[in-house]
Amino acid sequence: MSSAFSAINTIQPLHRTIDNPSVSPFLGSTHKLRSFPACNRAPSASSIRRQFSVVAVSDVVKQQKTKSGSSLSNLLITKEEGLELYEDMVLGRSFEDMCAQMYYRGKMFGFVHLYNGQEAVSTGFIKLLTKEDCIVSTYRDHVHALSKGVPARQVMSELFGKTTGCCRGQGGSMHMFSEEYNVLGGFAFIGEGIPVSTGAAFTSKYRREVLKEANSDQVTLAFFGDGTCNNGQFFECLNMAALWKLPIVFVVENNLWAIGMSHLRATSDPEIWKKGPAFGMPGVHIDGMDVLKVREVAKEAVERARRGEGPTLIECETYRFRGHSLADPDELRDPAEKAHYATRDPIAALKKYMIENKLVNEAELKAIDKKIDEVVEDAVEFADASPHPARSQLLENVFADPKGFGIGPDGRYRCEDPKFTEGTAHV
Amino acid sequence: MERDARVCVIGEDVGHYGGSYKVTKDLANKYGDLRVLDTPIAENSFTGMAIGAAMTGLRPIIEGMNMGFLLLAFNQISNNCGMLHYTSGGQFTIPVVIRGPGGVGRQLGAEHSQRLESYFQSIPGIQMVACSTPYNAKGLMKAAIRSENPVILFEHVLLYNLKERIPDEEYVLNLEEAEMVRPGEHITILTYSRMRYHVMQAAKTLVNKGYDPEVIDIRSLKPFDLHTIGNSVKKTHRVLIVEECMRTGGIGASLTTAINENFHDYLDAPVVCLSSQDVPTPYAGTLEEWTVVQPTQIVTAVEQLCH
Repeated sequence: MSSAFSAINTIQPLHRTIDNPSVSPFLGSTHKLRSFPACNRAPSASSIRRQFSVVAVSDVVKQQKTKSGSSLSNLLITKEEGLELYEDMVLGRSFEDMCAQMYYRGKMFGFVHLYNGQEAVSTGFIKLLTKEDCIVSTYRDHVHALSKGVPARQVMSELFGKTTGCCRGQGGSMHMFSEEYNVLGGFAFIGEGIPVSTGAAFTSKYRREVLKEANSDQVTLAFFGDGTCNNGQFFECLNMAALWKLPIVFVVENNLWAIGMSHLRATSDPEIWKKGPAFGMPGVHIDGMDVLKVREVAKEAVERARRGEGPTLIECETYRFRGHSLADPDELRDPAEKAHYATRDPIAALKKYMIENKLVNEAELKAIDKKIDEVVEDAVEFADASPHPARSQLLENVFADPKGFGIGPDGRYRCEDPKFTEGTAHV
Repeated sequence: MERDARVCVIGEDVGHYGGSYKVTKDLANKYGDLRVLDTPIAENSFTGMAIGAAMTGLRPIIEGMNMGFLLLAFNQISNNCGMLHYTSGGQFTIPVVIRGPGGVGRQLGAEHSQRLESYFQSIPGIQMVACSTPYNAKGLMKAAIRSENPVILFEHVLLYNLKERIPDEEYVLNLEEAEMVRPGEHITILTYSRMRYHVMQAAKTLVNKGYDPEVIDIRSLKPFDLHTIGNSVKKTHRVLIVEECMRTGGIGASLTTAINENFHDYLDAPVVCLSSQDVPTPYAGTLEEWTVVQPTQIVTAVEQLCH
């Protein structure tokens, strides 16, 4: 089975797919503005020396599928896997839809960024990980946390700002953390999670090489968007990760828009996957609306990292069906573009694949839909019934060691005073 | 580093070069290139990387080659280092130590002569300490490494050449305590880092003139040791703060407020704060000298306060 990362010495440009209309090309609503690079450009000497290829993986996967026909043993997934993927994507979608409802009903506040439409990326990648593997995300992190295993109840409570939330109500929509499931955040500023993910990967390597823990092979996934790829932290971390061969996979969720800024208006070379080889790692572009394609590539990249061969940059072409956040009027995006991507809904695509290939029947999928509805309803009820944080919680987690609040005038540490946490904010 | 294999050093030129001020000399030979990590020049990212490593179980020490370079890491220090323990609801700890030389040196120019303690002091969730002698440098460093909180340890470019006899046995100092340098009766002089030496020089002159200053090296810039400071104020009733950071929004400004709030009943005179001028440190030697507080200014201030 040919690997997407087989060592061919030419960089195969993406636009090759234009010849093959059945494969999804790299589209955006400003398709007309994109200039086509010269097809006959000979690869430079340095690119020949490089060992990795950059392939339009959608091609590779499609070829494999048509070659093998549709016999059950050659399908990309088993029935169990298919159901797992379907359930995870439906959970993501239903949860986010419920968030929108709850927001407009005044149960959650502030900035809420929903993930509708991008479920294939989260499910495709995160369902391949173990519990010890780490993920780092941005403010659009509810579904990443859910895919990694954080219970819907905890996420919903966190959004409602209750003490039973995964971060005790102190983080909110943009700061989902879970020590148990190794979700390292949830960051509001774009790009600031990428160094943190690089650090988690560094720990994995350190554990193996310095602490001599032979089975330390945890992989870290860093999720971020197209806007982040113009940020310094992105480039600095690509450099360090490739330099030290850290076990990390950089996943770009290119949904073409950074609030109202089109990716093509912000980026000199909009093909983000190309930035990987510039730093010495494979760069791959995939169709992020197709969970099976995502999964195939993700498997390779995660295993590559686990073997200690270093990082990979994967650009997923995806789309968010809703605005940037619930406060975004979403006026700039062309309705035709939205309609186009709506036809590529990842959940509908997986459903179609599984039914056409006779993996499941409608009734089984409907049962999952119903189950997820109940899970989400239960999460809302749980969150509603949970208590708001008490005033005493205000100062509790400022320091891991509360001696950091210092020594008071009476010579005792402030934290030794039992009434300390009920004090006024200036303490 | 010997006691705990999770302790590692991350910074520019800390490994093979031994540190730009030789603080990490020979450590890479002893502990290897991964434990004493030479990073590319990317402060924001390697600080963030150290924070991610701390969240996942390591105990990194981040070196800013000059503290001023950590301005580039402000994003990570403020947003992640200080805040993540809180926003994660206490799930992740960030036991990092951020250290490096700062302060006004000998004609290093404005950008290499910065005092960042005032910039960092508002960040919730971090502790700041400033060392001033070989003895307290070692003790505070050990305490900072062992602390579960993120600690910023401010060293001073001009203090690396100090020599002092220190105990062979292991000792760890208290991060939150101030140090009594010279007990006295007439006036409390609060200082930290290099200004301690200017104060002690002024103290010699003052003693000859018949004054008895009490000198306290506050060491803990955040939080303040209000016990040691308070006891001193209750005794002398007069406070002079001598610091190297800027006048506006500096450590002295916060300390003045803290003293006024807690001990105003005990003050016989308003708190006086001597800080550096609010200028980018000039290159010219004479101008640079006038930027920071000199011993003669300290003597004059004490004389004025004690009347």
